[in-house]
Amino acid sequence: CGIKLAHGTTTLAFKFQHGVVVAVDSRASAGSYIASLEANKVIEINPYLLGTMSGSAADCQYWERLLAKHCRLYQLRNKERISVSAASKLLSNMMCEYRGMGLSMGSMICGWDKKGPGLYYVDDNGTRLSGPMFSTGCGNTYAYGVMDSGYRPDLSVEEAYDLGRRAIAHATHRDAYSGGVVNMYHMKEDGWVKVEKTDVSQLIHQYLEARQ
Amino acid sequence: YCLINKEYFCCCNISDNYDSVGLTADARIIINRARVECQSHKLTVEDPVTVEYITRYIATLKQRYTQSNGRRPFGISALIVGFDDDGSPRLYQTDPSGTYHSWKAHVIGRNAKSVREFLEKNYTEEAIATDKEAIKLAIRALLEVVQSGGKNIELAIIRRNKPLQMFSAKDIESQVVEIEKEREESEKKKKKSI
Repeated sequence: CGIKLAHGTTTLAFKFQHGVVVAVDSRASAGSYIASLEANKVIEINPYLLGTMSGSAADCQYWERLLAKHCRLYQLRNKERISVSAASKLLSNMMCEYRGMGLSMGSMICGWDKKGPGLYYVDDNGTRLSGPMFSTGCGNTYAYGVMDSGYRPDLSVEEAYDLGRRAIAHATHRDAYSGGVVNMYHMKEDGWVKVEKTDVSQLIHQYLEARQ
Repeated sequence: YCLINKEYFCCCNISDNYDSVGLTADARIIINRARVECQSHKLTVEDPVTVEYITRYIATLKQRYTQSNGRRPFGISALIVGFDDDGSPRLYQTDPSGTYHSWKAHVIGRNAKSVREFLEKNYTEEAIATDKEAIKLAIRALLEVVQSGGKNIELAIIRRNKPLQMFSAKDIESQVVEIEKEREESEKKKKKSI
C-alpha cells in the first residue's frame, strides 16, 4: 500500500446460491496513522445495488457517489432500475477517462437485477471483471486464502456469513492496514440487508478459543 | 423502410425497423445517428437499446432542430418497430415536432386518415390472432388507398430474435388475390341476403 492512501483495506464479495455476500473492514489509514476506526466502505447506491471502496478514500467516495447519481438519473429516465452490468460499466468508463492521472480505486459493484445476482470488480485502470468471488485492498491476499479454502457455491446462508466474517477477520489479523469491524451485507432477490457489524478483535479471540 | 441495426454480437438480437415518410434525405441522417446511438448505448451500458429508448433519442434529436436557429426541422414522420430485450413487441411513431407515441397499430403518409379509419374498425384480437390473418389485415388496409393492388405494396415481418423477413412480390400478389376472392364472396352473400 502506498503511504498517501487513506484506505488500507480488505473488502470481499462472493456469489453463492442465495445471492451475494459483501464483507468489508472499517479501518481508514493515512500511512501508519489510523484515521478512522469505523470508516464506512460500502456505499448503498440503491436498495438493489452496493459498491465497495478500497484505495484512496477520497477517490472512492467521490466517484461512487457520482455513480449513484447516474444510476438514479438512469432510473428516472428509463423507468426501470439500472442493471449491475450497466452500473459497473459507467464506473469503469469514468475510470478509463482519468486513466494515468493518479486515481486509486478498487471497487466491487454488487447487485440483483433482471439477470439475477451480479458482481463486478472495477478498478482505477478501467479494469472491469465479472466473477463469482473478488477481494480487494491490501489484505486481499489473506482474505483470498480463507475464502478459497472454504468457498462452495452451495453454501447455506449462515455458512456464507461465517466465511465472509472469517476471511475479513483473518485478513485484519495479519494486515496492518485493515481492522476495526466487519460490515457485512447480503444481497438478496428483494434487495440488500445489512447483516452485522462485528468487532474483529472479538472474532479473533473466538476463533482461537474454538481451535483449543 | 430502412434497417437501423440488424444483429448484435453475442446473444442480443434486435432488428429495428424504421419506416419513414417525407424527405428521405433527412431520413438517412436520422437513421445514421440512431445507428451510432444504438452501438454507443451497447458500449456504455452493455445492454441493447429498448425501442422506447431509441425512439426517445430520435424524438429528442428532432425536437432540438425545432428550437435552434439556422436549422429547419426534419421533414420525417417515422414508425419505429422492434422487440425489447424481454421479447415484447413495440411500435412507436415520431413526427417532425419531436413528439413520440406508442401504438398498437398506426399509419403514416398522405392517405393515412382513411387507412387509420379502416384499422380502427378492423384491428381486433381475432384479426391479429394468426400470422396469416395479420398479414391479410395489413394488405387489406393498404389496398384501401393503393391504386393498382399488389404491385405497389411492400411488406415485411419482424419476428422475435429473427432477422427481418421481406415478402416477395409473388407472395404479396397471392395474398391480394385471396383477399379479393374473400371480398367477392362476402359481397355475394350480402346480395343473397338482400
